[in-house]
Amino acid sequence: MTLYILCFILFLVGLYGLLISRNIIKIVISLTIVEISIFLLLIMVGYISDGIAPVVFDAQILENQAVVDPLPQTMVLTAIVIALATNSMILTMAIRLYKKYGTFDVHEISKLKG
Amino acid sequence: MNTEIYLAIILVFMIILALVAIHAKDLLSAVIAQGAIGYGLVLCFLLLKAPDLAIVQIVAETITLIIMVAVLHDSTWVERRLPMCRRDMVNYTMALLLGVVLLYYFIDAISVLQPFGEHTLRMSEVYAYKAIELTGATNFVKGVLWDFRALDTMGEAAVLFTTAIGVLAILRLKGKKN
Repeated sequence: MTLYILCFILFLVGLYGLLISRNIIKIVISLTIVEISIFLLLIMVGYISDGIAPVVFDAQILENQAVVDPLPQTMVLTAIVIALATNSMILTMAIRLYKKYGTFDVHEISKLKG
Repeated sequence: MNTEIYLAIILVFMIILALVAIHAKDLLSAVIAQGAIGYGLVLCFLLLKAPDLAIVQIVAETITLIIMVAVLHDSTWVERRLPMCRRDMVNYTMALLLGVVLLYYFIDAISVLQPFGEHTLRMSEVYAYKAIELTGATNFVKGVLWDFRALDTMGEAAVLFTTAIGVLAILRLKGKKN
């Protein structure tokens, strides 16, 4: 239970950064922190204490050995790749904004849009 | 029991690094702190018996770091500190309120979850115990990814390629000068 709460604290720290940052790069970093906390929470929910990693070469082993839940791991694998795609997209837009306005500050950009 | 202690230590370090990343003076150190958080996640995945995820996370984190450092190299890593305006106060209040609301729902949700390490397989029983028989995959994560849910993986690949096209389109565009 402590681990879930620590994960939630990491999520809250990311959310705090997302809301108070004015720099686009810091906003991307906070978004990554939020993503990381959610991935970790999902994997923790699927963990079994005496389970083995879901890589088994012989079906006989499974008869008296628990295995860690493979479904959350698959979903998080997909989510990591999608998160990479979104992050690179946001960073590309950030570099275009910097080239046009000469700043990463979102307040200044909204002031300069004119 | 040992796993829990190690995970708690790594998580506390990740929280401290997250605060460092958000309050760093210059952007380059913020990016490095974010990379450290990502590699902490790799360690957590290894402790939680998820080797495939650890490999993918190492690759993804390295690519993110390279892109971020490339962006900063092309622009500036000095963050300008401007005095707080009224909009910042609104943002702080919003952060606090959202935190309280999410805390309420988190406490509500956590009571349904089983305690750490006592998960029971429900839906994924087939994925875990029938994978060798049905698909011949010895790695169950890959068995789900490439056989039971191959269509989802195709959608993921479509998103990835669309993003690549979008990034290329944005980078090739010549900005209008006015």
